[in-house]
Amino acid sequence: MPSDPNIDPIIRVRGLVTRFGTTVVHDGLDLDVKRGEIIGVVGGSGTGKSVLLRSIVGLLKPAEGQIEVFGQNVRDTDADDYRALRRRWGVMFQDGALFSSLSVRQNVEAPMREQLDLDDDLRALLAGIKVRMVGLPNKAQDNYPSELSGGMRKRAGFARAIALDPEIVFLDEPTAGLDPIGAAAFDTLIKQLQLSLGLTVFLVTHDLDSLHAICDRIAVLADKKVLAVGTMQEMLALDHPWVHEYFHGPRARAATPVAKPKETE
Amino acid sequence: MSATRLQTAPDMSGQVRFDSDGARLSVQGRLTIDSFEHLDRDVIAQQASRAEVVDIAQLSHMDTAGAWFLLDLAGRTSAGAASVITGASDAQTLLIEAVRTNLPPKAAGAKPAVRLVDHFETLGRRVALAGSHALEMLSFLGQVIAAMARVIRHPRALRLTSVVHHCQQVGLQAVPIVALMAFLIGVVLAFQGSAQLRQFGAEVFVVDLIAISILRELGILLTAIIVAGRSGSAFTAAIGSMKMREEIDAMRTLGLDPVAILVVPRVLALVLMLPALGLIANVSGLFGGALMSWIELDVSPAVFQARLVSNTDVWHFNVGMIKAPVFALIIGIIGCYQGMKVGGDAESLGRQTSASVVMAIFMVIVADALFSIFFAIVGV
Ligand SMILES: Nc1ncnc2c1ncn2[C@@H]1O[C@H](COP(=O)(O)OP(=O)(O)OP(=O)(O)O)[C@@H](O)[C@H]1O
Ligand SMILES: [Mg+2]
Repeated sequence: MPSDPNIDPIIRVRGLVTRFGTTVVHDGLDLDVKRGEIIGVVGGSGTGKSVLLRSIVGLLKPAEGQIEVFGQNVRDTDADDYRALRRRWGVMFQDGALFSSLSVRQNVEAPMREQLDLDDDLRALLAGIKVRMVGLPNKAQDNYPSELSGGMRKRAGFARAIALDPEIVFLDEPTAGLDPIGAAAFDTLIKQLQLSLGLTVFLVTHDLDSLHAICDRIAVLADKKVLAVGTMQEMLALDHPWVHEYFHGPRARAATPVAKPKETE
Repeated sequence: MSATRLQTAPDMSGQVRFDSDGARLSVQGRLTIDSFEHLDRDVIAQQASRAEVVDIAQLSHMDTAGAWFLLDLAGRTSAGAASVITGASDAQTLLIEAVRTNLPPKAAGAKPAVRLVDHFETLGRRVALAGSHALEMLSFLGQVIAAMARVIRHPRALRLTSVVHHCQQVGLQAVPIVALMAFLIGVVLAFQGSAQLRQFGAEVFVVDLIAISILRELGILLTAIIVAGRSGSAFTAAIGSMKMREEIDAMRTLGLDPVAILVVPRVLALVLMLPALGLIANVSGLFGGALMSWIELDVSPAVFQARLVSNTDVWHFNVGMIKAPVFALIIGIIGCYQGMKVGGDAESLGRQTSASVVMAIFMVIVADALFSIFFAIVGV
């Protein structure tokens, strides 16, 4: 499906300042995400990627700055508008954040139950499709989160995030803790959904393979700001010590798809 | 047959429309999960059964739910295969294919009906489970006692800071509520007792009534009940949430003994503090009783004291104090044991916490009854 020829960014962050007590996490952060793209957000541990994600979806109140999603300010909306806004995005938290008292299928059904008036069988069927789409075995549907492995919980969290086929999904390190085959399948799935549903993906990741394989653009968080945004090629060419280390380190070389002579150590 | 318009809702923002002209079912607009709420799916399914082609060239937007619905319709056509869907864009083909490979496996099978035998089986399992739980708790008690014995042999292994901390939590901080409760009980006993005793002109016996019932039974029993509600539940919640976040497992792998670190200090603190709280309850109950007797019956504090000392055997007090550590052990063991039983989900934390309180109170009362029998036999 041709993506909406909308030039306005779907997510627009301007001058974001976030503080916890005296700790400043973001200081004048700007970021634009275009409709239909997969943007990879990278940065060292503790640079505030998860915090940025939480701010964009309105869970954290920024100290200063503007955050607009679909052209609407996420903090200055009334309850109904926020509800409608929420309906258009899905979030997968770093540790899955599944409802522990609900089975996997009930977790996926939860947003449907909340937002739509569907009959039970149909809802269960659609939830089942989502569960299998993210690569969980059919019998995992009736398992409770505590009975799943860490990687399976991630997948279930993703299934819940895409339960309503949102326009944007926010994914916090979806492939961390997955086996390489599973991680690659996850990447493929995200790409496929982007192509088929016109999904915009806000992807926090440390997985260089994902960055290479599926991200249209990459935003680097450092020094409390978005240091650089651009394609993989642009990142590789960038001259900043941390960015250089990140994209040219030993792991980065291993992940670069360009065939390079194997280094012997 | 002319095109039938099925969509009755106003055609806003290109809502989905199904038009059927016999062999061709054409779909236009947006087919998303939202549109299901006002689609008459049965009628459309009927039309699909007569169609040979499902044409989606005019479909502007579709989500996974929409793709599933198209596949469902395709399955009802005479050809009965996804290939009858024509006019799909590349993206739509991708999505339909993705959904098709993830359709639910056929014949999931209805659940077998529940029969009477199954109920008996459930009952049997419950009984067996209760039995194994009782055994487990006994073995837990053994572990705690063993850990305590180790502490006695190696006093330096005792987590003194932890014990003091818990003493403050379960002891000191419970003083106001325990004292107030006992005071009110003393007042109520004096008030009710005096109303009855006055009929016989035996007002002064109210002192014996208050002293015996508070010292022997009520002071310690009610204190134990309050502590079970206050601290037993707190033990379960604290240990349970540690269990939930795998902290207990982490301790075990680090060679730390959760029983020695978490359970012993808590149980020890309770065993030390419950007698003290019981003592406070006794004093405050007697004080409440004396005050009410003075107001209601003109039994002056001096008379109250004299009668208390001359007529009340010290064993009434001893009986109460002997029970206190046992009640403390019951509350502590049950609270910690239930905490260890918490599983991975938040629900079980709540379940075990309430089970902990109910069970601790029940067991305290059972123990109290057993003590009554015992003391009656030995004659004190
Ligand atoms: N609720 C909070 N209270 C205080 N500080 C917080 C809170 N949440 C996050 N922080 C701080 O904000 C900073 C950014 O945290 P964040 O979770 O966004 O890191 P991250 O970039 O996602 O790291 P990682 O890659 O390890 O997930 C950290 O220094 C963290 O200590
Ligand atoms: Mg994070």
